[in-house]
Amino acid sequence: MPITYTSGEQVEVYRFSIPVTIGVPVLALFLQAFVPLRFPRFAVYVDLPLLVTIFFAISRRSPIAGLFTGAVIGLAQDMIGHNPIGIYGIAKTVVGYMASSLGVRLDVENAGARLLVTLAFYLVHSAVYFTVARGLVNMTQQWSWGHGILAALVNGILGVFLYFLLDRFKQRT
Amino acid sequence: MESVLGRYRNLIILAGVLFLQVIGLAVQVKRIGSEEKDTRLIRIWVVGAVAPFERAVVWVQNSASGVWHNYFYLRGVRAENRQLKEQIEQMRLEQVRLSEDAAQARRLQNLLAFKEQFVSKTVAAQVIGSGGSDLSRIVYIDKGEQDGLKRDMAVITSDGIVGKVLQVFRTPSVSQVLLISDQSSGVGAILEKSRLQGVLRGTANGEVVLERVMSDEQVQSGETVLTSGGDQIFPKGLPVGTVTRVGSGKDLFLTIKVKPAANLSKLEEVLVLVEKQERQAVAEDKGRVRAADILAQRLPSVPDKPAADPNAKPVGAVGTVSPGTSVKPGTTPLASPATKAATSPTRPAGAVTTGTAPVTSAPKPKATTTASGPKTAGTADLQPSITEQKPPITQVAEPTPQQPADDSPH
Repeated sequence: MPITYTSGEQVEVYRFSIPVTIGVPVLALFLQAFVPLRFPRFAVYVDLPLLVTIFFAISRRSPIAGLFTGAVIGLAQDMIGHNPIGIYGIAKTVVGYMASSLGVRLDVENAGARLLVTLAFYLVHSAVYFTVARGLVNMTQQWSWGHGILAALVNGILGVFLYFLLDRFKQRT
Repeated sequence: MESVLGRYRNLIILAGVLFLQVIGLAVQVKRIGSEEKDTRLIRIWVVGAVAPFERAVVWVQNSASGVWHNYFYLRGVRAENRQLKEQIEQMRLEQVRLSEDAAQARRLQNLLAFKEQFVSKTVAAQVIGSGGSDLSRIVYIDKGEQDGLKRDMAVITSDGIVGKVLQVFRTPSVSQVLLISDQSSGVGAILEKSRLQGVLRGTANGEVVLERVMSDEQVQSGETVLTSGGDQIFPKGLPVGTVTRVGSGKDLFLTIKVKPAANLSKLEEVLVLVEKQERQAVAEDKGRVRAADILAQRLPSVPDKPAADPNAKPVGAVGTVSPGTSVKPGTTPLASPATKAATSPTRPAGAVTTGTAPVTSAPKPKATTTASGPKTAGTADLQPSITEQKPPITQVAEPTPQQPADDSPH
């Protein structure tokens, strides 16, 4: 029975099997690297590892698990690219922590809430990435609200469908 | 104390994890420009986890596509074959013309002792993955260290340059290629017509711009951009792209937007230049060729005359070259009809005047004269071809009733 109240005691905590815990992020990374070869815009607007991070963090509802999930997925995403390792790592660590902290307090099981949460966390992720890339690594970055909001919307919509798909792998504790 | 730690445990762990990553970033940024050996190992883990999937998917995709296109979908192949055959015929004609031009270019390069880089060996590779982010414009190819790839090798397609090899892995045998559209990329480039040189860079939004061209220079949209060879990665003269927009940039430089010749967003197969040779261009071994020969070849000609008796007395003064006489190429009949007549084995050929002393060169297919004047590389090149010094030989173009010489005194 889905829980709709926001009390921490009543919110249900889920766990995932080891194959899902490892396989889903690897698959997300693979798709993130492979799909842009056929659809170049995919890399511009979609961040599948971020969606997976948000999903696991919200479902587990443990800030420590969330931040470590974000850190591992983010660092792996950094390793696929050629930029210094840690930029995505830091951004996704923050998102993982915030998403799991939010999951403890709020119900994010319905589509509307998931859309808004994903949209907001995409912007948070972009802001952290921008700050780290520009401030620490001295990369040339351009902030564009138009692009940011559009990409957040795309990720939000995609996230809603993805989360419903991933819900099948949830195991109640 | 324990209660404080317990209360803020999550935040403390968050701060710790973030701090470690910041330290890691700082170390990498400090060592930027090095071989990145520190981060290489952990990159291999992730690449090793993802690359087999990518290889498998590409293999399945190509196999399915191959079966469909090679066995089932053959509609229009016959008509296409006919068209291609016609195209081959046309291209053969074009090839003849181009090979002549290329031979001439090689000869001229030889005259100038021009050194250039030649692409001597390439390795074909398939693109199997990308960086997965618009902030990391790289692709992965399915060839690595085992295939002879090394860091900083140029990567091209038949359309133009793509990028350079950034990292090479042994297991899995893949390589990371930095595209020219990445903002950390830099390529030495030259504009084809105006010969202005600049540096080609990628921008944050994935565009490619040519920098370091002074703002007082004239650059036209549509002009072709080539590699200049100055970066020591790409050989000179490879197509880079075309100028799409020219605007005033920072300081005293123009901002020239370039559309890459290669479609960087849809790469499938690429070539990696694994071996470049720097050697001197060698002229085709058809005897020594001079600049005047080339000019002579370009002049209009008339059909060869029948072989004449070598003992026949010279008639008329047509084509006679006196010692020390300078003859402008193209203004003397020696360079055209008489030149051809002189190729007959029955008559001495190759009378040359260098402007100082008349000499006879080794037998050549065509006898020509060189203009007198300051010695150039071309003139200097003539010296080894001199075999013996003889009195000036008069070349005769015998006027016949059928073929009167223009400059005949008759």
